[in-house]
Amino acid sequence: MTQLDSKVPDGPLEQKWTKHKNSIRVVNPANKRRIDVIVVGTGLAGASAAASLAELGYNVKTFCFQDSPRRAHSIAAQGGINAAKNYQNDNDSTYRLFYDTIKGGDYRAREGNVYRLAEVSANIIDQCVAQGVPFARDYGGLLDNRSFGGVLVSRTFYARGQTGQQLLLGAYSALMRQVGTGKVQQFSRHEMLDVVIVDGKARGIIARDLITGRIERHGAHAVLLCTGGYGNVFFLSTNAMGSNVTAAWKAHKRGAFMANPCYTQIHPTCIPVSGDHQSKLTLMSESLRNDGRIWVPKKKEDAEAVRAGTKKGVDIPEEDRDYYLERRYPSFGNLVPRDVASRAAKERCDAGFGVNKTGEAVYLDFSSAIERYGRTEASVRKIEDPSTEEIIRLGRDVVSAKYGNLFDMYANIAGENPYERPMKIYPAVHYTMGGLWVDYNLQTTVPGLYALGEANFSDHGANRLGASALMQGLADGYFVIPYTIGDHLAADIRTGPIDTERQEFSDAERAVRERIDKLIEVQGSTPVDVFHKRLGKVMWDKCGMARNAEGLQQAIQEIRQIREEFWKDVRVTGTANAFNQELEKAGRVADFLELGELMCKDALERQESCGGHFREEYQTEDGEALRNDTDFTYAAAWEWTGDPGGSNLHKEDLDYQFVKPTQRSYK
Amino acid sequence: MKLTLKIWRQSGPNDKGRMETYPIDGIEEDMSFLEMIDVLNLQLVREGKDPIAFDHDCREGICGMCSMFINGEAHGPGRGITTCQLHMRRFKDGDTIFIEPWRSGSFPVIKDLVVDRGAFDRIQAAGGFVSVNTNGNLVDGNALPIAKDHADTAFDAATCIGCGACVATCPNGSAMLFVAAKVSQLSLLPQGRPEAKQRALAMVEQMDKEGFGNCSNTGACEVECPKEISLEHIARMNREYMAAAMTKE
Amino acid sequence: MALTGLFLCLFLVVHLAGNLQLLDASPEGRLKFNAYAEFMTSFPLIKVVSYVLYFSILFHAFDGLLLALQNRRARPVRYVKEKPMANRTWYSGQMAVLGTLVLVFLVIHMKSFWYEMHWGGLPKDADGNKDLFTVVNAAFHQGWYVALYVGMMGVLAFHLMHGFQSAFQSLGLNHPRYTPLIKNVGILFAVMVPVLFAMIPVWMFYFNA
Repeated sequence: MTQLDSKVPDGPLEQKWTKHKNSIRVVNPANKRRIDVIVVGTGLAGASAAASLAELGYNVKTFCFQDSPRRAHSIAAQGGINAAKNYQNDNDSTYRLFYDTIKGGDYRAREGNVYRLAEVSANIIDQCVAQGVPFARDYGGLLDNRSFGGVLVSRTFYARGQTGQQLLLGAYSALMRQVGTGKVQQFSRHEMLDVVIVDGKARGIIARDLITGRIERHGAHAVLLCTGGYGNVFFLSTNAMGSNVTAAWKAHKRGAFMANPCYTQIHPTCIPVSGDHQSKLTLMSESLRNDGRIWVPKKKEDAEAVRAGTKKGVDIPEEDRDYYLERRYPSFGNLVPRDVASRAAKERCDAGFGVNKTGEAVYLDFSSAIERYGRTEASVRKIEDPSTEEIIRLGRDVVSAKYGNLFDMYANIAGENPYERPMKIYPAVHYTMGGLWVDYNLQTTVPGLYALGEANFSDHGANRLGASALMQGLADGYFVIPYTIGDHLAADIRTGPIDTERQEFSDAERAVRERIDKLIEVQGSTPVDVFHKRLGKVMWDKCGMARNAEGLQQAIQEIRQIREEFWKDVRVTGTANAFNQELEKAGRVADFLELGELMCKDALERQESCGGHFREEYQTEDGEALRNDTDFTYAAAWEWTGDPGGSNLHKEDLDYQFVKPTQRSYK
Repeated sequence: MKLTLKIWRQSGPNDKGRMETYPIDGIEEDMSFLEMIDVLNLQLVREGKDPIAFDHDCREGICGMCSMFINGEAHGPGRGITTCQLHMRRFKDGDTIFIEPWRSGSFPVIKDLVVDRGAFDRIQAAGGFVSVNTNGNLVDGNALPIAKDHADTAFDAATCIGCGACVATCPNGSAMLFVAAKVSQLSLLPQGRPEAKQRALAMVEQMDKEGFGNCSNTGACEVECPKEISLEHIARMNREYMAAAMTKE
Repeated sequence: MALTGLFLCLFLVVHLAGNLQLLDASPEGRLKFNAYAEFMTSFPLIKVVSYVLYFSILFHAFDGLLLALQNRRARPVRYVKEKPMANRTWYSGQMAVLGTLVLVFLVIHMKSFWYEMHWGGLPKDADGNKDLFTVVNAAFHQGWYVALYVGMMGVLAFHLMHGFQSAFQSLGLNHPRYTPLIKNVGILFAVMVPVLFAMIPVWMFYFNA
């Protein structure tokens, strides 16, 4: 076990980034033209990084498995993006955003990185506005904000319910502009299957053209992994079907450490599972918690009646409803952070108060909001003595204007009208705070190999606050990597183009081919999805919202078992040299089967509860997460040694110089 | 639910392709259309047959990847939804469902229901952007107030997910709604104004080069668009384009 | 397409206004119509406009057919099952077919009257003008010819029903406040103009001696 050096500079928090920028090396414009950079993944982090680096003059190649860079899953983020602009005059500041993020992350994030994130957050908004991102505006034409969970100010910028889509389209347009100038070569429907290391440095990748099945070599002076999170290890998650860990996992196997893999964010407001056929879960923006109230029946018999279908939620009188978040957390109420809200829902459902067929759902109710808005609207319109119907009608119009698209989405999926009946929600896997370990430069433990956005572990600690993922992806891509990559590339101005005929490339290519052939040659009887579902169930049951040592140990055994069966019995139809979606899935699931075990191992090792990682053995008397700062104030970075069970643990001690870790309280 | 699926199968770009029939049973109302295809594919893989290739990713109606022409309509019956948001409760037991890929000369079929929509990326690269580099010293986001109605209309256009349903459904195979959505969005915002003319010319030129058909204002695209983008944006692009073409030096 | 289309719409109105004179079958009415026809074929300014008109018709037709051809090429493989009624009016998708029918009709129509007026050996009326009225009257006493006219005006109606409002859209004239108005005026125009045109042969068939 070694201590990892984060390379965060010394000195006051506010000066770290400036100081660092002044001390790192810069590549002059003429030399940038001689340097190639590969960017894998074209979500917010990838597209913004690729565009920014190309603008600086580097030759960039981008890769995505989708048919267009615009489809990366950043697009699905609904709620918004945080920035410390203090437009609302509500006492927001860079420090407050930093503090909220550190606290929200349950004191398991690196102070220096988080402060930098807060520092550049305001620039992101300006950049996006300049690109033509249509943020919500008020009647005066100025940018509007809303509030999100875990904070006391309104600092979230949004674009209706599709902020991620609009931000990604902004970054994508910047990327396509560079494609147009020829500075970026874009490879769609390409999947990275290995990273090539030459003399200890990342010098290229092996990619598969998903249309023809051709295996390609691409050389570069640096490789950026912007490949998102690994939530799909749970099979059911709010991630896109194609979201995968493969690129990051290959990098891990080539020497990049994987940090805190057990930190998984379970999002509290998703549409509950409806049956075995379910292929993915749909999230509804956290912004709903601004106005919606979460409750379950107070009486068990009511809950049972609801589950049996003999009673409806609307028929349960006010005094028999348990608004458990408002009860448990009076000061934050329904706006507690995601991990807290999710666990509270699980607690109620486990206690037998769940409200759909499966017993795994709670109500998200807008009736009070409808009434409140209705009254305000009636008084704005000077309607005297409005009738209840009139209030409800007016209120529904207001709610529809604010959340209409989310309500429509719910109605479409659940087949129920959310204006009339309370919505049913349940937590679902949403985001992974863990990822490749990176230093302050976003460089992994492999020189020249960088990880940005959700693919790295750096900024959210053990729990991410709402509307911070978009902020981090864009901060990394627009405002961090363009500076920090220079420090590495300055040594490469005389290297010349990377020769892909080198032994290292042919070895890596051969390994990729062998693995593909192996997957096809099994010719077993079980489709890939079956293994994926089995893995997902183990992960959700034993390494999900709550974990314990016994369950995790069992999970490790079960995952090994599934992995063994997978390699004996998987059925991959078709051939390697053609468009073959089964083969794509098989490769990804094979990697998930290794990652899953490492996640359990990490969860087992971390004998405390913090943020998204809740160990049942470590909780306070009233069921809150109980951290152990003496023994676990570190980031756990795992080194691959040949199999996930034997991974080596390295620690990066988290030194809290500016914020004193305390028991997180939202009461 | 028991259904008969008639699905376009085509092994690759050089195959002629044909409709094939697949009976399927045990489909539940709560399934999405793509989950129904998942069920079929599991069955096919178990039988050792080639599963149906189809594009899909987010499965929540925002990535624009899914693209099926179902029973004669892009994204199937229902308005304002993508195929992944189409639920089986819209069909009845015993129904026959036709499933075809997007049909456009500019969207060549890769396999089965998967088509190549790279033309959209090329149109975007031709001018669908504001020429601003990443810059840490830009004016404040609030320096230029934008009238709410302009911001809202720009947003309506910006909701385009680039799925290609407009092309697929247009009797002429025109991509006008897609191109117009971007041209219109950026022309409505002060940040996009300086390049508005150039953008309209460049994007339309690339669109024509890609071989898309011409707009004859049938309005079919607007109806089938999963984001319900209005024809009004096409009119705005026409205005921009004409003004640009007439004043071009 | 839009500009020529709208110009042709304008022409239809002028043409209709002139033709409505045919409804007056009194001797004075006949003379007045013939004088009007003579004026329309000889007045220099009208002549210039008529050349613009010929050009518009030809451009509208050829460009339309060219676009239709391009559009066909844009979808080399057709759908096995298509449900056009779900998202558009049938006539908006059939503009080329409707337009071609109108073009065929135009040829017949121009042969019958326009050609005769210019180069046919028409007898003179009492005022010394070519007696176009008699030619028209004779033509519209053949049942099949009247039926053809009425039928073709139906075709024209559908062509206009889409074409009128479509032209405004193509010219970029779309506004949430005025577009509904344009659409309604378009429908009114598409119904009224062909109905009035069709009324002339029907009227002459039944009521003009």
